Amino acid sequence: MFSILRSIWYTFLHAFHKRETILYPEEKPYLPPRYRGRIILSRDSDGNERCVACYLCAAACPVDCISLQAAEDENRRRYPEFFRINFSRCIFCGYCEEACPTYAIQLTSDFEMGEYYRQNMVYEKEHLLISGEGKYHGYNFYKVAGVDFGVKSKGEGTNEQPPVDVKSLMP
Amino acid sequence: MLNILIIAGVLFIVLTIAAGLIFVERRLLGLWQDRYGPNRVGPFGLTQVVADMIKIFFKEDWVPPFSDKPVFVMAPAILIATILLTFAVVPFTSGFNVLDSNIAVLFFLGNSSLGVYSIVLGGWASNNKYSLLGAMRASAQMLTYEVFMGLSLMGVVMMADSFNLREIVEAQRHGWFIIPQFIGFVIFLIAGIAETHRLPFDIPEAEGELVAGYHSEYSGMKFGMFFVGEYMGVTLISALIALMFFGGWLGPTFLPPIVWFFLKTGVFICFFILLRASLPRPRYDQLMSVGWKILLPLALINILITGALLLYFK
Repeated sequence: MFSILRSIWYTFLHAFHKRETILYPEEKPYLPPRYRGRIILSRDSDGNERCVACYLCAAACPVDCISLQAAEDENRRRYPEFFRINFSRCIFCGYCEEACPTYAIQLTSDFEMGEYYRQNMVYEKEHLLISGEGKYHGYNFYKVAGVDFGVKSKGEGTNEQPPVDVKSLMP
Repeated sequence: MLNILIIAGVLFIVLTIAAGLIFVERRLLGLWQDRYGPNRVGPFGLTQVVADMIKIFFKEDWVPPFSDKPVFVMAPAILIATILLTFAVVPFTSGFNVLDSNIAVLFFLGNSSLGVYSIVLGGWASNNKYSLLGAMRASAQMLTYEVFMGLSLMGVVMMADSFNLREIVEAQRHGWFIIPQFIGFVIFLIAGIAETHRLPFDIPEAEGELVAGYHSEYSGMKFGMFFVGEYMGVTLISALIALMFFGGWLGPTFLPPIVWFFLKTGVFICFFILLRASLPRPRYDQLMSVGWKILLPLALINILITGALLLYFK
């Protein structure tokens, strides 16, 4: 009996508490940088596409919303001929970002992508590709690993030791 | 002519309050749950009511093919009719009432008993097991609480020596009946909540267990009538509490009497909403056992003591 009256009183006191609601369109909530929102394709610090069209993101995607076609440029460097994400299927799980070996595909903290037509939810490469580096600045996959495409020659990459001369006995 | 004006005025006031309560309740629940509630449509969300009304009027009014159609259609109308009829005997001020009845309290009790038919018939005609369960619970709950709802008022009636609501209020000129009749007030309040089946006693609806209870199958304006009927019931019980225990329109003269009446009624309407915000629903058998084992004996003891004291001091 007493606890009933007490809970009524405590509920009444909530009239003087601050309201928790964030009035959304006028007042935006803080979203941390790792928030999983709209997916973008980033470029490296030299302005080249990071994506090497390895299909790992498409393979990791649990709802199969990513489709792409690999191609090679004149230097035999791989790039996606088209890259298409169907955001009406995407569940923003972030597995594509985890799978990506080159930090090319990234999730951003933008989520305002409502559309009146479902077809507009399909983003092509020109919608996805941004001019910046996204969350990972100064990272270039070809400087760390991978084959020589004029970015670095053999043994000159970051944290990479020069190749061992297998024909010499000296250490 | 004046009588017709008063009837129209009472209808207008009651329906406006009932519709406005849809908005007020949502805002107040928001306030007590640290959120806002509807605040987008119009200033402070005030025209939310209009939006809701337009929505509910234009919804498809579907009568299930498996239902008992005439009864199904009639049930919501009974609820509205009984409550509106009761407002005929509710005096807003000493002159502002439709009918200055000598049996107003009995009329109210009788009409609120008739209101049970609406729920029972609605649940039965829906031909749906959840509706029927809700209706069954409602009938048991209303019967139980009807008994000592009447008994709890008898103390007031004895003290005022009248069933006339106007005379009951006039008898409180030198002190509200809440003080001598505190037990009667508490019992009437609890019975009133159960009578309007508001939370925490919304066991006939119990959306966690019974979909929506007796009005599961109702849609469109038929559901709207149950919905508005509930708010009118809240208004009615609040008005009666104000009249019987808090001196109705009596109050210091710096405000006109009708304002006092609406202020007191409003406080109790807000209290009903506060109860909804704070208390969970009891179990069905707990509700019944509290009713029969505690509240009914209390009401009887209250009558006994009131009667004995009145006789002693006569």
